[in-house]
Order: sequence, then structure tokens, then C-alpha cells
Amino acid sequence: MNNQLEYFSKRVTKGLMTRREFVGRAAAMGVTAAVANTMLASAVRAAGPQTGGTLRMGVQGGSTTDSLDPALAANSVATQVNLLWGEPLVSLNDDGGLDGRVAESFEGSADAKTWTFKLRSGITFSNGQPVTAEDVAETIDRHAGEDTKSGALGLLRDIDTVRADGSNVVIGLKNANADLPYYMQDYHLVVQPGGGKSDPAAAIGTGPYVLKEHEMGVRFVFEKNPNYWGDYGYANEVELIVINDNTARVAALQSGQVDLIDRVPPRTAGLVSRAPNITVHSEPSAGHYVFIMHCNTAPFDNNDLRLALKYAMNRQEMVDKVLFGYGSVGNDTPINSSYPLFTEIEQREYDPDKAKFHFEKSGHDGSVLLRTSDNSFPGAPDAAALFQQSAAAAGINLEIKREPNDGYWSEVWNAQPFCTSYWGGRPVQDQMFSTAYLSTADWNDTRFFNEQFDQMLLAARAELDDSKRKQIYADMGTILHNEGGLICPMFNDFIDAQSDRIAGWVPEVPGFAFMNYHAPMRMWVVS
Amino acid sequence: MGPMTKLLVQRISLGLLLLLLVSVVIFVGTMVLPGDVAQQILGQSATPEALANLRAELGVDQPPVARYFEWLGGLLTGDLGTALTSGQSINEAVGRRFSNTLFLAVSAAVIAVPLAIFLGLLAVRYRERWPDKLISATTLTTISMPEFVIGYILMFVLGVQLRWFSPTSVGYRPDADLFTRLESIAIPILVLTLVVLAHMMRMTRAAILNVMQSAYIETAELKGMPMLKIIRKHALPNAIAPIVNVVMLNLAYLVVGVVVVEVVFVYPGMGQYLVDHVTKRDIPVVQACGMIFAAIYIGLNLVADIVSILTNPRLRHPK
Repeated sequence: MNNQLEYFSKRVTKGLMTRREFVGRAAAMGVTAAVANTMLASAVRAAGPQTGGTLRMGVQGGSTTDSLDPALAANSVATQVNLLWGEPLVSLNDDGGLDGRVAESFEGSADAKTWTFKLRSGITFSNGQPVTAEDVAETIDRHAGEDTKSGALGLLRDIDTVRADGSNVVIGLKNANADLPYYMQDYHLVVQPGGGKSDPAAAIGTGPYVLKEHEMGVRFVFEKNPNYWGDYGYANEVELIVINDNTARVAALQSGQVDLIDRVPPRTAGLVSRAPNITVHSEPSAGHYVFIMHCNTAPFDNNDLRLALKYAMNRQEMVDKVLFGYGSVGNDTPINSSYPLFTEIEQREYDPDKAKFHFEKSGHDGSVLLRTSDNSFPGAPDAAALFQQSAAAAGINLEIKREPNDGYWSEVWNAQPFCTSYWGGRPVQDQMFSTAYLSTADWNDTRFFNEQFDQMLLAARAELDDSKRKQIYADMGTILHNEGGLICPMFNDFIDAQSDRIAGWVPEVPGFAFMNYHAPMRMWVVS
Repeated sequence: MGPMTKLLVQRISLGLLLLLLVSVVIFVGTMVLPGDVAQQILGQSATPEALANLRAELGVDQPPVARYFEWLGGLLTGDLGTALTSGQSINEAVGRRFSNTLFLAVSAAVIAVPLAIFLGLLAVRYRERWPDKLISATTLTTISMPEFVIGYILMFVLGVQLRWFSPTSVGYRPDADLFTRLESIAIPILVLTLVVLAHMMRMTRAAILNVMQSAYIETAELKGMPMLKIIRKHALPNAIAPIVNVVMLNLAYLVVGVVVVEVVFVYPGMGQYLVDHVTKRDIPVVQACGMIFAAIYIGLNLVADIVSILTNPRLRHPK
């Protein structure tokens, strides 16, 4: 009987039999649908990638105001579009290390101040033009130059010189940085001909697909790049449809209008996964939700008050009730086990007595004002209400002010002393710390000015010995945990969902959602 | 100049003046909103340098009054300008989007308007009996629910559970054949119909009932004329003005008020286009959409006025 089912499952993978027929035959042999589906999934994996077909994805976050200029990418649709037609020098691999893309290999000098990227030979842009070291140098120059609008500028500020040297690109830094190659995998930094200086929105790159037609904020159609050097890109066509409404996105997947969606709301993820033809992927991530206090603004300039609020937070309750279990508890640092050099520190628990003790010690009188909005993170007002309850048990009166979604990022976040917000996470600690916790960071949204912390960060950058760096990062984590302005109750999972029309999902890929945006080129259409 | 022409000229010039005022209100409104276009484009990833560079490039560091008059000059020559965010021509984008919105609105109107009037007539014929009460109860229930609630319910029941229609409009292509296009917007059409039905139906019913109190209807009844014929031949023509008024108002709503429905069903009309640009403080686009919507409201109301004048001999031939 099993041999026969196996034979049928192979026929399904070859497209000679539909999934429904297969489940029907299996049922006739007394095999339940669940077992049949499992058999089918392993048969699909064993069969390996198939080429052809159209992979359709429904993605949240696109807007009609978006641009095709990769420097301006600021949402998941733009990021996904960038990485379909373009490639950065390197990209994260499944173990959290780096694989070469446009670059074949890279090497740092002993002082970590000079980095040489050797380009892959013989690769061309989608228009047939060969990729040269000048193109790469110009690309970096466009994002780091003085008149740039690039979202990657913050990463590139330490770059002193970029020059092409034969088939190598040599980057000279003002200060040592052992993590520079990780900066180069940023999704803004896709290599463009001439650096994209003359036509930034041409969407010509070295990615596995080329843009065939597009309407901003509506849909993008890609077809295979005939000049692609690598082995990604199994579907003949990738259609990316912008579906911002959560209910519509889930309905489109359930009814088969799309094959893959992101940001399934945690509240409904359980229900969605019950459908027989749909699989929900909940992937641990470095993304986290935060309550941020300005360490230089009264009353939050008092560390006892900050500690009081940290102890007054019931983290497990947040994970259970706001994330519905699709996440893990935070520990008042922005770092979790998804970082390669993570060290565990003792978990801070909800402790009303300690909270009360620190609150009284701080001498603060009266209530504490917390600002929140629906878009600061999904469920933020609920989380604020939970916090209000747990703080009340410690005798702290938390006052909640609900702010409008519109204008939250310009008027409240990084402007008001205590509010809710989120971070998407970064591939390495250095990037996360330099983006938001270094004194001079643009988005130092906790106004954390700690000289010792800054020095440690610079020391870690120059340290090429991983075990020593790990120790430095552990100490920095402890400083933030005890003195920082962030209360981090939870790390959110990325919740994507796919139909069984496509296959090839790889679990626990580090980075962002959609297998770090490589799902459309690493997955394939099965029927 | 005849009194009719004079009236028309007067109405149209008033409409234009109103449009001008609307443009000022929209402009001031977008100025009052927190944040500016550069901040909104760069979002959370804005650095001070990037902001300053972008502001200069977009020209939003110019004084607001100068920007307003520059825009007004463009509008008078038929040029809506370019979107600050994407740098694309607004004329082109609006043209494409607006024809999609019109397609949805007209499709909904073709069903909703005759249906509402028919139901109104039916309600009059069986007034205070169960068909009247059923029609009123049903339409008042659907108008009382927010559009997105009806939208989600129909999306789930008709789209996901029964699979009769596509649950969302993601399959809509402007260049597809009529049947495919209608199939992809079947549920939005239904939602819009349910939303506008009650208002038109109730007004039709009220207007005809009003006429039905008249002496000449009683005469017709005494002559032994069948009820439906009385309604059709005597009551309806005399109730046409208020009905046209409410129909026009609802047509305007179908064009202008579909924002929520378009966003929920992912339909590429003016709705999402406008919402995105308001969020980004892209003033030229908001202005352009605002002017189009205002022009439709004013235009359709103008039509309603003129029709009521034409159907009323006392207004047509003033002393």
C-alpha cells in the first residue's frame, strides 16, 4: 500500500496528479488526510526544486508613493522588489554568516580598517552590461555621498575611501570595523550600473529576476533574468501583489489568489493554519517591540525610575496576550539568541516588590505618561494597557495617551520621552548598537549617553577575535539591561504563510521575513 | 439671455468659486498635518542630512504661498504637476486610477439605482405591510453597518467559504475583458450597493408617498386605476425631483466615498492612491484628488438642480 502511495506522491510532484486526487486515493486506502499531507510534503522536498510556473506573493507595506530607487526603500514591498532584481555584494546565509553575491570573496586587513571585495568574474547586469569594480564603487559612493537620501547612509558614515582596483573594490574606513562586510548585505546597497547615478530607478541589477511591469503600490511582475549567474529563481514569473489589509491578505491566500503572504496577524494565525492547504511559518526573529524612555529627560533621567518600570513589566503576559505566543520574552536589551555573538544574561522577571522599592527610591511623585499608537507595533495599545495593570500592582500609576497613527514617527517616536515603538533587528550586534544606542547615533531613541558603552562598541569593532568580542558585547548588554532606557518585553516572530501550491520553505533563515526576502527565488511552484 | 441660461451660468460660476475655496482648504489642511513630505518618505530611517537633501530636491523648502500659486497656475493650464514622492506625472496616474474608480462606481450604480427605485415603488405599493417593512428593515440594517464590516463578512462568506467570487480585487486588470473585470469586483459592487440602497429607497418611498396624498391621486384611485399604474404614471413623474437629488448625491458618494471599499478589497482606484499620498503629505496629489472629488460633488449636485428645475414647470417658467 505504501509503495503505491509513494508512487502517487511522486506523480503529484511531477504534476501528473492533483493534490486533491492524491488525498482522495490515500483516504481510499485508509490513510488520514494529515498523514497524506505529510507524505506529500516529504515527497515534494525529495523531488527537489522544479522550474516553471508563476509564484504569486501578497505583501504588506507597499504604497503608491514608493520609488524603484533602492536608496529610498523603506518598507517590505520595496525591499522585496530590490532583492528580486538586484543583489548586494554579499548576503546572509542560513547559518548567519555571509555568502558572496556580486562579490566572490572578501578580506579585511589586520587592523580591520581596509576591506577588499573580490568581484565574481564574468557576471553581467540584466541588460547584458558586465559588472565592473567601478560600478560597485559608484554604488557605495551614491549611498554614502554628501547629497544622498539613502536609508543606508547611517551604516556607511565611517567609510573614508572607496576605489576600484582591477576586479577588486577596496573600502578604507576612518575607524576599524570587523563587521563591515555585514553592512554590505543591507538591502539598499544593491549594485547598479554606474552606481545608479544616472538612473537610480531603472531596476537594472544582477538579481535572479527582471522587472517586467509594475504599478507602484499595486503590483510588480518579474520574469527570469536570462543573464543571472546563480542558481536561484525557479519560477518563470514572480508576481508581487501589494495587499495592505490584513483580512484581505489572508483571504487572498485562503482562496488561492496568492501563494505566499507575510505578516499574518498573531490573533488569527492559529485559525489560518487549520486550513488543510495552508502552512503558517512562525520564525524567530531579531525584531522586537519596545517601550522607550529618554535617559536624559525628567523623570526618566533617574535610573531608579527606569528600573522600577522595568520590574513592573510582565513580559510573559505580553508574549501570551499580545503576540498570542508567536514570540519570546525580551530582557531589556535589543539582542536575542538570533545574533551570532549572543550571551545570555539573567532574565528580568516581573517583580512588583522590586518595582515598588525602586519607584520609592526614585522619589518620583505622581503618574508616568506613556504615549502609544496602533502603528507603533501591532497591539501596542493593548500592551500599554497590560503594562498599566502590572505597574498598578506595584503602586505605579501609568497614564496612557493614545496618539494618532498618522504622524507618530515624526511627532512622537524619537521626540517624546516615553512611548511605544518597534525595531526590525539587525544581523549583528554592532549594527544594532550603532544604530540606536551609541551616543552619536541618529536614532538614539532612548537618549542613552554612556561613554563607557561607546568605547566598548569601538573596541569591539576593532577586535577580530570572536571570543573577546563576544565578551565585550555581553558586558554592553549588561549595561543596557541595568541602565538603558529601553524596556524590551518581547521579540516578535515573523509569521508568514504559504499554500501548498509552492514548496521549498527553509525554516529559521536569519534576517527578515520571507526567508530574509529570498523566498520567491528559493521556493518553487509544485502544481 | 434667457432665465435658464442665466441660471446655468450663475450656478456654474458659483461652482467654480466653490472649487477654488476647496483648493485653499485642502492646501491649508495638508499644511496643518504633522510632519512633511521629506520626513514621511524617509520615515523611521530619516537622518537629518537625508531630510535636508530631500527637502531641497523636492522644493518643499519654498514658502507655502508661492507653492500654492505655482500649483494653481499649473491647474489652470490643465497640468496637475508631478507627485513629490515618486516624481511621476499626476495627470497620468490620476487618469488611470480615476477610470478604475469610475468603473467600480458605475458598475455599482447600474445595479443600485434601478434596484433602489424599484424597491421604493414596491414599498409604496405595499406600504405598512410586510414587503414594505421587510425592505426597510433590510436596507436600514445594511446602511447601519460600516462598509468594511459588510466587506469582511461578504469576503469571508462569498469569497473564502463559498468561493463564488474572488474575495479581493487583486486579479483586476484594466485591460482584461469585461467579464473578468466584473468578476474581480463582484463583492465590492455588492458592498457598495448595500451601502447606498437604503438612502435612495427611503427617499423614493417618501417622495412618492408625499405625492400620493394629493387630490389627483385620489381621483385616479376613484376612477379605478390599478395601484402600480397610478404610481408609475401619476406619482413618479411628480416625485422625480427629490429622487434625482438623492440619486445624484449617492452617485457622488459612489465615486468619492469608495475609499474604504477600495482599500479593503485592494482595488487600484483613487482610494488607496489618495490615502497613500495623504500619509506622505504629497500635497500636489492630494490637491489633485481633492479637486476631482469636489468637482464631481459640485457637478452632480448641479445636474440635480437643473433636473429639478426642468421637471418643475413653476421653476421652468418663473413669473
